[in-house]
Amino acid sequence: MGEKLLMKGNEVIAEAAIRAGCRHYFGYPITPQTEIAHYFAKKMPEVGGTFIQAESEIAAINMVYGAAGAGARVMTSSSSPGISLKQEGISYASGAELPAVIVNIVRCGPGLGGILPAQCDYFQAVKGGGHGDYKMVVLAPCSVQELYELTVEAFNIADKYRILAMIMGDGILGQMMETVEFRDKEEIYEADKSSWATVGTRMERDHNVITSIYIDPEVLERHNQKLQAKYRLIEENEVRCEVYNCEDADVIVAAFGTVARIVKNVIKMAAKEGIKVGLIRPITLWPFPVKVFEKYAEVPKAFLSVELNAGQMVEDVRLSVNGKRPVYFHGRMGGMIPTQQEILDKIKEILK
Amino acid sequence: MAVVFKRPHALRDVPMHYCPGCTHGIVHRLIAEVIDELGIEGKTIGVSPVGCTYNNYEYFNCDMQQAAHGRAPAVSTGIKRVHPDNVVFTYQGDGDLAAIGTAEIVHAAARGEKITTIFINNAIYGMTSGQMAPTTLLNQVTTTTPYGRKPELHGFPIKVCELLSTLDGAAFIERVSMHNIKNILNAKKAIKKAFQVQMANKGFSLVEVLSSCPTNWGLSPEKALKWIEEKMIPVYPLGNFKGKDLEV
Ligand SMILES: Cc1ncc(C[n+]2csc(CCOP(=O)(O)OP(=O)(O)O)c2C)c(N)n1
Ligand code: SF4
Ligand SMILES: [Mg+2]
Repeated sequence: MGEKLLMKGNEVIAEAAIRAGCRHYFGYPITPQTEIAHYFAKKMPEVGGTFIQAESEIAAINMVYGAAGAGARVMTSSSSPGISLKQEGISYASGAELPAVIVNIVRCGPGLGGILPAQCDYFQAVKGGGHGDYKMVVLAPCSVQELYELTVEAFNIADKYRILAMIMGDGILGQMMETVEFRDKEEIYEADKSSWATVGTRMERDHNVITSIYIDPEVLERHNQKLQAKYRLIEENEVRCEVYNCEDADVIVAAFGTVARIVKNVIKMAAKEGIKVGLIRPITLWPFPVKVFEKYAEVPKAFLSVELNAGQMVEDVRLSVNGKRPVYFHGRMGGMIPTQQEILDKIKEILK
Repeated sequence: MAVVFKRPHALRDVPMHYCPGCTHGIVHRLIAEVIDELGIEGKTIGVSPVGCTYNNYEYFNCDMQQAAHGRAPAVSTGIKRVHPDNVVFTYQGDGDLAAIGTAEIVHAAARGEKITTIFINNAIYGMTSGQMAPTTLLNQVTTTTPYGRKPELHGFPIKVCELLSTLDGAAFIERVSMHNIKNILNAKKAIKKAFQVQMANKGFSLVEVLSSCPTNWGLSPEKALKWIEEKMIPVYPLGNFKGKDLEV
């Protein structure tokens, strides 16, 4: 490892993108992620890259579409209301199999909601917020260090599979200052984009076309089957998950992102009272770590999903546990964060 | 034997799907001739819209991208910023550019994006069977203005050249028409100049083309051309709005 710096989460995202070879960023300001844009605005000219403050999130995601189709490593970022506007472009880019990275520093909704941390865009990210049968790889870091590593990873996964990769964080993570240790050199997945990227034919090959429209139903079904096959491959290869303290746990808590950090403290508190609590922390929200939950399905007396929403990931936990144990939910909304005590009380109530 | 007429290299040898008498195809040919004459096919990237020409990526030999409805200027911005030495153009209808994509075209022009837009004003939504477009004339009957476009209900036609030429980033803006040979030749000159303006890095360029839609206007191809001349041109005067004297 190399340089060690104390940095804000949002800035680390931008720095990681540049280290991963991203030279094009298009975005529209929105709290609590605007530092990403500020960082790019300053740094892109230094590294010969492009920063555009677009006229809207719709324009920004379509600039991403054009740049990704032209073969570049490209990124946009926003927060919930802006991510809603990007859904059109997300669907088109998914249909056209364009690799790009999208960051959502989630804030509480619905509507304009508030600017405080939330995880209420889980469904939108993993179930398909736009139209059509598509998937994005969704990565949920829980520390500034992981924000760095997963941002680099997101670009590699995107290029490897020609898919959109989303980093899903929240305002706590984006605003948090932590030490981050950068590698001297990133491992970059070098994709050969020559068969599809629009860079100009140079009169040396047939034209390349980026499109998501296939009017012929048989052709469109085949295209969809190809997408689905790719998604199955990603489910096989790209699941990331942290399992902590789960062997003979009384209760296994499922939590992602910053909530998982709170849960780790709860585990210590519970241990003092003789209660064994485990944690399964999905790092990829899609592909969801189904097999990990299957493996531990019969270990605890019950599962508890703790989230900053009204109960979204809990549905995937239930599907994975598949009725083998009860799955409970505890959530806070509107930017409220559960206390360690409140989570511990919930665990005790379950065990009663 | 002397060859007097042949397909431009930039146009692919495939049948086009447009209705008889539709002038979309002529505009495609003009663009292809200009690409040939400028010798830029190998470095040109076109962006197709949503509308009757959604799949004109099949008709051009250069690299192409298909954009969501109205977003072609944003898509082109992304392409051009990645490949500033390439030539990037969008082809957009009036619904695409002047309704759903108004923000994207205004801001691409305001940023002075070095792209060229060929804007087809046929005063109608062709593809979706003849609804009112932002450019539909007053009193014009469409499937969504069955009693004619009334200003008090539907507002007024948008004059895109006039609007965009107020923006400093727009370097070249001209309105041309497809209603006869003389005007078609003029149109080609304007399209060529628009590409040259881009290649000289002068800023955003746009050519608005008054184009026919016999099918949805309910007119024969011949009468449709007359309709452009008699009804459209008085509302949309032809000529250069900006960049006439630009050195390219
Ligand atoms: C988001 C979205 N809204 C609506 C449509 C349906 N639609 C397809 S083409 C079109 C109108 C196109 O009209 P215009 O841009 O004038 O092109 P023309 O067909 O006249 O050449 C509409 C509304 C769509 N494809 N996507
Ligand atoms: S519907 Fe109108 S614009 Fe579309 S191809 Fe037919 S004539 Fe041309
Ligand atoms: Mg039209």
